[in-house]
Amino acid sequence: MKLELGYIFIKDIQFSDVSKVEDGTLYVNKEEVKALILEDEHFKKAEVELAKPGESVRIMPVKDVIEPRVKVEGPGGIFPGMISKVETVGSGKTNVLKGAAVLTTGKIVGFQEGIIDMTGPGADYTPFSKLCNLVLVCEPIDGLKQHEHEKALRFAGYKVASYLGGLAKKLTPDQVEVFETPTLTEGLKMYPGLPRVAYVCMLQSQGLLHDTYVYGIDAKQTLTTFIYPTETMDGAIVSGNCVSACDKNTTYHHLNNPVIADLFAEHGKTLNFVGVIISNENVYLADKERSSNWSAKLAEFLGVDGVVVSEEGFGNPDTDLIMNCKKIESKGIKTVLITDEYAGRDGTSQSLADADALANAVVSGGNANEVIELPPMEKIIGHVEVADIIAGGFDGSLHKDGSITAELQVITGATNEMGFNELSAR
Amino acid sequence: MLKIVHYINQFFANVGGEEMAHIPAEVREGVVGPGLAFQQAFKGEAEIVATIVCGDSYFNENMDEAKSTVIKMVKEYQPDLFIAGPAFNAGRYGVACGTIAQAVKDELNIPVLTGMYAENPGADMFKNTIYIVSTKNSAAGMRDAVKKMAPLALKLAKGEKIGASAEEGYMPNGKRVNFFEKDRGSKRAVKMLLAKLADKEFETELPMPDFDRVAPNPAVKDITKAKIALVTSGGIVPKGNPDHIESSNASKYGKYDIDGVMDLTEETYQTAHGGYDPVYANLDADRVLPVDVLREFEKEGKIGSLHRYYYSTVGNGTAVKNAKGFAAEYAKELKADGVDAVILTST
Repeated sequence: MKLELGYIFIKDIQFSDVSKVEDGTLYVNKEEVKALILEDEHFKKAEVELAKPGESVRIMPVKDVIEPRVKVEGPGGIFPGMISKVETVGSGKTNVLKGAAVLTTGKIVGFQEGIIDMTGPGADYTPFSKLCNLVLVCEPIDGLKQHEHEKALRFAGYKVASYLGGLAKKLTPDQVEVFETPTLTEGLKMYPGLPRVAYVCMLQSQGLLHDTYVYGIDAKQTLTTFIYPTETMDGAIVSGNCVSACDKNTTYHHLNNPVIADLFAEHGKTLNFVGVIISNENVYLADKERSSNWSAKLAEFLGVDGVVVSEEGFGNPDTDLIMNCKKIESKGIKTVLITDEYAGRDGTSQSLADADALANAVVSGGNANEVIELPPMEKIIGHVEVADIIAGGFDGSLHKDGSITAELQVITGATNEMGFNELSAR
Repeated sequence: MLKIVHYINQFFANVGGEEMAHIPAEVREGVVGPGLAFQQAFKGEAEIVATIVCGDSYFNENMDEAKSTVIKMVKEYQPDLFIAGPAFNAGRYGVACGTIAQAVKDELNIPVLTGMYAENPGADMFKNTIYIVSTKNSAAGMRDAVKKMAPLALKLAKGEKIGASAEEGYMPNGKRVNFFEKDRGSKRAVKMLLAKLADKEFETELPMPDFDRVAPNPAVKDITKAKIALVTSGGIVPKGNPDHIESSNASKYGKYDIDGVMDLTEETYQTAHGGYDPVYANLDADRVLPVDVLREFEKEGKIGSLHRYYYSTVGNGTAVKNAKGFAAEYAKELKADGVDAVILTST
């Protein structure tokens, strides 16, 4: 399967009468975006804001981050099974507004979503401080239940991202990158001497604000399966989760999966990147056993020599991570795990909730419990008062001057376990 | 200028080898032996004001006396930092460096630094409590050792923030510290996998912890007479979360009276937990903390009684060390209250 990604680099974002992309600036008609959000009867009010790199802006609580993309050639549309038909995506041409993102915010459960600072020390920890962001502040109708509210906000994000992506359909990309995965037998012939490597991408699937969707289906209800790497670049996997936001994969992460990018970078040179195994992280033991059994079985069937496994979340999913590791290693396939740590605020506690001697090659995304000081910002988009109760906050996190003392886990994407960032710990 | 006192053994002071290892501690003004290399590396930012020379045998055989003598000597100079060694793979020297550095840190409350080979017995004894730079196994590695120790020494003397072990060159000390790597995590993972596949050396970024497995107690002999307590990490608290237990990485637990409480309702109880879908626990907290069922069992005589108090914390991203501390406290209370068995519910 072969996909051409065409990047249109966005360096600025502005409101305008007409939505368009011109000379690296994304112009957005606010009213059209609002109208798009309010198509959904679950919202009574919508606001649209801009947040650019370097501005004194704090966005919280952030639910999802989505990159605008559009299918230019080839079957299907972006976010298949969600807002496009369930056509198999991942081939042809896709254009990307690189440097832009849609952020969704709003109170949902109230203690689980993340913070994005556009400047200051907090900005160093989140990749989204470097993007030109369109922030959707959506207020639900009274009495809307949390599950319905979550879904409505999730779809608002996809719809607006897709609307912006559409502006790039006829544009000539600034840069083009091509990704191709041969079939199993072709790959064997093409790279007979190279080690065969797969990527096991674990998907959070524990319930409200902990869910991930694959071609529209809740990952909770899926068996471990195979997906072409390029399918993810067209939005085959989307995020419905943001709880303890530091190590949750936003939709942006799935679209720009760094493990996939870095395996492609070595593909045909030092290794043969066979494809991606996606496996869920359900809460029941039987599900964990079943899913990890299938991960190992698929890895064996694909005849790989090694896998990179990325976790999503911590605690409960640590058991899925270790099960995947043990079972895959016991097939004689080598593993490297990517995780993050909950080693306590002072860093002296054990980092994971499960462990095994076979997990001897681990990459760390950092200690999420480490405390960080976030200075006050001139502008807040969203609701600052949740600082004391969001995951990573504590009594007294929010100070009178608007500054926040909290654990790193409050920051969206800070300790991402796909290895999106440079942050680590020793 | 920052002031430093340096501790070395008889060999590095050029007094002699094993035959001179018995000499007691003596203090000399200024730099002796390897101190010169340090002094140069400090580039005028710090000065070794005194060097204490002590025989390895003397130190190890007269430890208490040697310690108090050296501490007195160090105190005289009121230095900003105390450096011992580096000791490389010399066992007694390593133990002496670790012991005296630890004592100076504890008693004089000034920063300390030493260096030695990873397999020096002094390393295992002290690496978790003082900064020990990992050196080569012989004095031929002096240049390399000074290169690693000097910048860390200056940072310590200035009271600056010390980064992660991988950045600063000290031995991992069980305290995880964040820092920014050059490459992103995914690239490091791919590199690590390629090394592992090629049977080349690689270093894991997170060595696996040792887990203490707890064997279950024998079954309760007569459950119909037993006093049962409820303990949960599912965050069930009286409505409003009166103790403000954190939604993640809890720093505390709550003890709540359920005398006369027959059922946990949406109006009276909730979860404080930020790590699972709270909708169903908030609708009916008995789903996490089964008070209603235990009250029925109590009435029917299936259990002896339900303990008057339950204990609750949030097990979401909560440091194991904290959790262990909570349990140690309330386990004592449960025992003192004559509780026979505990139902622990997680989420």
